[in-house]
Amino acid sequence: MNGNSAKWRERMLYLISPIGLLLVWQVLVELGFGDRRFIPTPSDIAVRFWALTIDGELALNLLATLWRVFAGFVIGVVPAVAVGLVMAMSRPVRIFFDPLIAALFPIPKVALMPLLLLAFGFGDASKIALVAIGVFFPVIVNTYAGAANIEKIYWDVARNYGASTWVMFTRIVFFGALPMIFAGLRIAVAVAFIVLVAAEFVSTKVGIGYLIWNSWELLQVDTMFVGIVVIGLVGLITSVLLAEIERKVIPWKTV
Amino acid sequence: MAVERRGAAIEIAHLRKQYGVGPGAVVALDDINLNVAPGEFLCIVGPSGCGKSTLLRILAKLDQQSSGSIDVQAGGWAVQNAMVFQESGLFPWMSVENNVGFGLYTRGVPVHERAGRVEAALKLVGLTKFRNHFPHQLSGGMRQRGAIARAFVTDPAMLLMDEPFAALDAQNRAILQAELVRIWEETGKTVVYITHSIEEALLLGDRTVVMTAQPGRIKTTIDVSFPHPRDLMALSASAEFGRLKLDIWRLLEDEVNRARADLER
Repeated sequence: MNGNSAKWRERMLYLISPIGLLLVWQVLVELGFGDRRFIPTPSDIAVRFWALTIDGELALNLLATLWRVFAGFVIGVVPAVAVGLVMAMSRPVRIFFDPLIAALFPIPKVALMPLLLLAFGFGDASKIALVAIGVFFPVIVNTYAGAANIEKIYWDVARNYGASTWVMFTRIVFFGALPMIFAGLRIAVAVAFIVLVAAEFVSTKVGIGYLIWNSWELLQVDTMFVGIVVIGLVGLITSVLLAEIERKVIPWKTV
Repeated sequence: MAVERRGAAIEIAHLRKQYGVGPGAVVALDDINLNVAPGEFLCIVGPSGCGKSTLLRILAKLDQQSSGSIDVQAGGWAVQNAMVFQESGLFPWMSVENNVGFGLYTRGVPVHERAGRVEAALKLVGLTKFRNHFPHQLSGGMRQRGAIARAFVTDPAMLLMDEPFAALDAQNRAILQAELVRIWEETGKTVVYITHSIEEALLLGDRTVVMTAQPGRIKTTIDVSFPHPRDLMALSASAEFGRLKLDIWRLLEDEVNRARADLER
């Protein structure tokens, strides 16, 4: 009973800050602080959100963005995990890739967009390529760190019990690195949305980034806010999903 | 006790292991000469840092000697050796069952045969009910049982054990020691068992090798002629056991003191 009410209180506390913020925002704008043409109230945004949902415009843009994130994610993550694991297993591979990663990781990936537009054109391919490049680096760095920190005894056991290189790769190094791979994936999800929305501002006619930029140019500030809110919600949902998958895939990490 | 076949014969000659070169080099093992008979249970005791673990790792092919030779005759055995480490080293991401079957999986033993052998090994160490558990759900003693099952299931010609029970509480250690001796008496494998406990060496082994502090050399070899099958509790209470224990302690005491004097100099 007591524990229940404590939990209930915590949940209320958790909701109070965002709801309170929205209330203060609504009241201040209603009272005439700020120009309502530029700063809509939360209720204006909600109305606009509903209208965009009804006429399908939101779904169209959201699907375009989600598809690019998904495709880029898969294309970037698979080689990042593979190369990261091989780096931990082979010194020459590590020495080969280390300077490349050190040099390319800090480059803001959005800066590559003009180059990618030249290479892949204005279609989905350039955006997908950007997401792939963006997610590649955090995932490869985390994967390598995870694999390199696998306790020595597991390598010894595997060798002593006759593991081939392939078994070592698929049964020991991959699983040993898995918790860190997931840490990399969490960062990668955020990076994917960050670089993609920025790219969609200028190089496309569909997508949440386009929706935000276009409504800003048309001074439809409420639509712009809808785009921002949607990106936040999608980010929240993907990270919850990812945590759920992690719990399923890494049952031994529940200590 | 009727055992159909005997484990590996080991011949070690002039074995030396050195880390680094030049004046900073550390000699871990120096001029080790040792023969182990097929089916023998050999214990190696020595002060910490005497290179006994290094010797075992070289036997397990996890490390390479700097010079000298090791010859292991394991004719008729599919698997030459299996090691039991100080910490269980069970893979946290595999169930107990998959951990135990790992050495069969790596060697391509067919699924059907593997299941049967894993079943038998789990039964041998009393983990049948925990086959689907993950290592973090087991106690330290149960994890070490799993590690022993993983070694036995491969049916190796020699078992290499590196202080396998050192991290366990006294009761668990006594139980697992008795089980190990029983299993060994039934299977006829060669066992090389590293320990820092004189009692453990006398209880388990047919012969005890005492090593010197760094660099690790063989100081002396003591035959332990207690008959098999052994009742470990009764044995540890006997006068003969106490006398042997004292003998070895005197030998080791010198080494420990010498090692400390070296450190303080």
